[in-house]
Amino acid sequence: MSDNVILKVEHLSKDFGSNRVLKDIDFTVSQGEVISIIGASGSGKSTLLRCINLLETPTSGVILYHGTNILDRKVKPPKYRSKVGMVFQSFNLFNNMNVLKNCMVGQTTVLGKSKEEAKENALKYLSNVGMDAYIKAKPKQLSGGQKQRVAIARALSMEPEILLFDEPTSALDPETVGEVLSVMKTLAESGMTMIVVTHEMAFAKDVSTRVIYMNDGIICEEGTPEQIFGDPQKGETKAFLSRFRGVN
Amino acid sequence: MGSEATNFTDIIAKLGSDIVKLWQDAAPQYLKGAGDTLLLAVVATAVGCLIGLYCGILQTLSYSKNDFWLKKAVINTTKAFVRVYVEVFRGTPMILQAVFIFFGLPYLTGNALRFDVITAAYIVVSVNTGAYMAETVRGGILSIDKGQTEGAMAIGMNHFQTMVKVILPQTLRNIIPQIGNNLIINIKDTSVMFIIGYAELFAAHKSYVGATYLYFPSAVVTMAMYLIMTAVCSVLLRLWEHLMDGPENFNLATTDSLALTSGMNNYPSGKRRKRWAR
Ligand SMILES: Nc1ncnc2c1ncn2[C@@H]1O[C@H](COP(=O)(O)OP(=O)(O)OP(=O)(O)O)[C@@H](O)[C@H]1O
Ligand SMILES: [Mg+2]
Repeated sequence: MSDNVILKVEHLSKDFGSNRVLKDIDFTVSQGEVISIIGASGSGKSTLLRCINLLETPTSGVILYHGTNILDRKVKPPKYRSKVGMVFQSFNLFNNMNVLKNCMVGQTTVLGKSKEEAKENALKYLSNVGMDAYIKAKPKQLSGGQKQRVAIARALSMEPEILLFDEPTSALDPETVGEVLSVMKTLAESGMTMIVVTHEMAFAKDVSTRVIYMNDGIICEEGTPEQIFGDPQKGETKAFLSRFRGVN
Repeated sequence: MGSEATNFTDIIAKLGSDIVKLWQDAAPQYLKGAGDTLLLAVVATAVGCLIGLYCGILQTLSYSKNDFWLKKAVINTTKAFVRVYVEVFRGTPMILQAVFIFFGLPYLTGNALRFDVITAAYIVVSVNTGAYMAETVRGGILSIDKGQTEGAMAIGMNHFQTMVKVILPQTLRNIIPQIGNNLIINIKDTSVMFIIGYAELFAAHKSYVGATYLYFPSAVVTMAMYLIMTAVCSVLLRLWEHLMDGPENFNLATTDSLALTSGMNNYPSGKRRKRWAR
């Protein structure tokens, strides 16, 4: 496992002003892992994901991508980001492009692929998420679940090594949550390396290979889904999970 | 009352015949004036938009805390220059700007730097429009949801690519009404260029009435011509907006009426699962 390490995060901290949101985070992501990050609102889950693909600049620490510290000034963030896909809660599809263009533009402008190649690739991933019939639609003409599936296809079209999801189903109607989760499940089964911030405990339990529970800016507990959901060690984890059961 | 009505009819008839006379007399001058007005307004609005786009982008440049100091200094200085430009050209009358550029520059440089009337007029109107458009573009960029930028950054686009492919097209769509406003204002306000002797529609009016004293009929004709130009431009701009919006509806890209028309709930299937393999 250890020689398949993609990402290694060491002593990562992030301050917003005087507010320390991430405190000395350490963790490793290996090829093929599906990591769910759970935790209360405000515990720093989104901030951690955003630090990983440099949408936020960490205050201190290192992020090693195949051994290279991407926080080094010599590393160009765009190039690194093209290897690390991100799916957002609010989709963030490009409103000025149709579905097909959304999935092509990164390939042509960032990866320098030809139009034909980009289109073929885009169609492949759009059909994987069941959206190939909608290539001519503009984002505003789609439902939330459809938008999110296109967003996943857009991220996949870049053929990233690792895919980050920040609460991909939180903005969806209950009926459409399932369609996005099943796409993600299929993706996980295909061997894609994923980090998923989620409040969908069933997903975390059934799909992920590892679960990280965050509390107040630190990784409070991590382990297999069986360990975290079946036999949590920390009081905070137990309290969080029981609160969750209470809600659901 | 009857005689008043007759009077009024007489007046209109006289106005009509005056206009006919004027038109037979000087139609080419008026038409050429209108053409020059339109050309100046359209070109200067277009150039002004380019200046505005450029300045608008410059004003949204940003740097992060750990960037090199020189980069910060360059960005800050550039932004300061843009602000001064915007304030000066928005904050002074265009008629005086024309005087400054046409008469002022030769005066100050001992004739080393001087423009002919036409060049001066194009420069003044363009640069003036640019100052307004810079603010419009800045506002337009700021109004685009931050998620659009993050979506673009997340697939590896740099600042420039994000701007060109994602942000500016949306900004442009949103500011078309404002571009239209500027074009229409320019069609009318280029009339102040008579001060440096630029022969546009208003100048044609002035020169004709100087010769014949048909002041009011000429004003009617000039007014109507301005109105026609602005109205046509309004319609064309609306059309452009429509074109940019694209069709209201989309067609599903499938000929198989059973496949995926609902687009939901048919995923995953065993067959599809295999296709993930890369
Ligand atoms: N741009 C910002 N400026 C200042 N504080 C911020 C910023 N972004 C996040 N924070 C703060 O950082 C903390 C962690 O936020 P974060 O969004 O990472 O939490 P989260 O675990 O993702 O929560 P949620 O489940 O609600 O999405 C919060 O206290 C939040 O207020
Ligand atoms: Mg969050």
